Amino acid sequence: MSDATPRRVRVTSPRTGATRAQRVPAAREIEAQTLLGEVYMTSLLRSQLRLALLALAAVAVLVGGIPLVFWLLPDLSAVEVLAVPLPWLLLAFAVYPLLFATGWLYVRAAERNERDFTDVLDRS
Amino acid sequence: MTAAGYSIIGVTCVFVATLAIGAYGWRFSRTTSDFFVASRTVRPGLNASAIGGEYLSAASFLGVAGLVLAFGTEMLWYPVGWTAGYLVLLVLVAAPLRRSGAYTLPDFAESRLESLGVRRFSSLLVVAIGWLYLMPQFQGAGLALATTTGTGPWLGGVLVAAVVLVNVLFGGMRSITFVQAFQYWLKLTALLFPVLFMTAVWLGDGGVSPASADVGGPDMSGDEWASPLAGGSEHQLYTTYAIIVATFFGTMGLPHVVVRFYTNPDGAAARRTTLFVLALLGLFYVLPPIYGGLGRLYAPDLISSGRTDTVVLELPARMLGGTTGELLSALTTAGAFAAFLSTSSGLTVAVAGVLSQDVMGRRFRGVRAFQAAAVIAVVVPLGLALLTEGVGVARAVGLAFAFAASTFCPLLVLGIWWRRLTDAGAIAGMLVGGGGAGGAVLATLAGVAPDGWPGALLAQPAAWTVPLAFLTMTVVSLATPRRVPRHASRTMASLHTPEAVQLDRGPLPR
Repeated sequence: MSDATPRRVRVTSPRTGATRAQRVPAAREIEAQTLLGEVYMTSLLRSQLRLALLALAAVAVLVGGIPLVFWLLPDLSAVEVLAVPLPWLLLAFAVYPLLFATGWLYVRAAERNERDFTDVLDRS
Repeated sequence: MTAAGYSIIGVTCVFVATLAIGAYGWRFSRTTSDFFVASRTVRPGLNASAIGGEYLSAASFLGVAGLVLAFGTEMLWYPVGWTAGYLVLLVLVAAPLRRSGAYTLPDFAESRLESLGVRRFSSLLVVAIGWLYLMPQFQGAGLALATTTGTGPWLGGVLVAAVVLVNVLFGGMRSITFVQAFQYWLKLTALLFPVLFMTAVWLGDGGVSPASADVGGPDMSGDEWASPLAGGSEHQLYTTYAIIVATFFGTMGLPHVVVRFYTNPDGAAARRTTLFVLALLGLFYVLPPIYGGLGRLYAPDLISSGRTDTVVLELPARMLGGTTGELLSALTTAGAFAAFLSTSSGLTVAVAGVLSQDVMGRRFRGVRAFQAAAVIAVVVPLGLALLTEGVGVARAVGLAFAFAASTFCPLLVLGIWWRRLTDAGAIAGMLVGGGGAGGAVLATLAGVAPDGWPGALLAQPAAWTVPLAFLTMTVVSLATPRRVPRHASRTMASLHTPEAVQLDRGPLPR
């Protein structure tokens, strides 16, 4: 940057008012349920639903898979880690950090989706 | 001083603290909005503690340890499911539900489906689930007080009901929020301190695995106890998955859980609150199973005498002995009463909110109607708890979860994510799901359940009633396309649009 800051100049145009009047904010499009508004809403809904289903699938596999694994391999129940049975270790302790981590990642991604959506609306 | 003396002092302290903190909140409670939803100004940290305090009921505080002691690792699915239920809630409904701007579940149903019929039906279900859940709280309180101090079995329930009523009558949701936040931390402390002492004793004794203990009796070998699959030898996989479905999907349908979401300032805060709750629940639920596991080593006689529900109250005194043990046992007794009080308060507020809006709205208005409804909301289940023998804390709570998962879960999930849901579909789905779940458990309780597969299906109905309810709701909605609400798209837009976007969200319902 140069030291000599240029003087501020007010830029005006007689046509500003006219051009602005033709622009419809995207939020109004959604309110009026125009085709464009529907497109915005559908895309937000889709991305949030996909995210939700992804989180649920992760839980279904990681937590919901535990009974299946122990049913297929019953001998695993007898395994002990530091005098604590393995199923106990999984269900009483390990599950909770896993659930929290899933929730944390979900909240971050959901908020990012909403931020992107807001940005798109602001830019249009 | 005797052990009973310490317990009486502990329980009295909890009652006094509850009333005192409630009285602190009374000063802020003026408007109807204060009474119903604390004027929607509760921050995530405080709100999450309050939700945790409200959610951790007698079933969590006493029941889990008792079940683990009696039946083993498979019972850990209950606390896991009750926590995972919050994750499902977070992912599927938390933010949209808050953005719907409604006070109660029937409010949500009415504003989304634009139908008074759905509203009335949901109100009925809220009251039914609420009373089903309140009854075992009062019974549990009676049992706990009788065990530790030797009073009559009715006194505990009456005391809890009275304290809850006083707080709800004068402070509504605003004062309940402070009380419940305090009670979460009290419950956590009450379980954590004794666990530290007891673990030291266990390690001092060589730290043997609870599965290695020989407690006698059939089906109670160490391997059986350590197996994470529920039920006897048959239908293990089905029963386990049915418990998972009921608890994972039932949480979002409990009236006292959902009503808490309306106290968040906005949708993003609702999500963060839920995440906070996940952490608090995970922290708490690590503790009760430890009582169950150590109970198998140090108090195996409770299994044969059928008093496993009291293991949390008795174990500290047994393992430590002397004044330390008695003091720690008094602490867990006090924590148990915090559990009865907080859950009953939350349920009373939720049921009273629905009763006052949908049943008494004509004759009374605002705060008066809420207070009159609160009296009814407490007195009816208390009467039922005193008059009937009861079905056991864990059993009744399990029934409430299966029932909520089969009715409100499909309504909320489809209502939030599927534009074409109709009022006819919603009612049909809730009738089929609720009828199936309710009928199945009533049949089991009445003792008419057959053996084999039909018996397993009836004892844990959620695995088939929940999909059935979803299916009915979808099919009937598709069959009645003309009944899709006129403003469905607009409602959906306001449910999912972040608050940063300026939308005309239409008038709030009522």
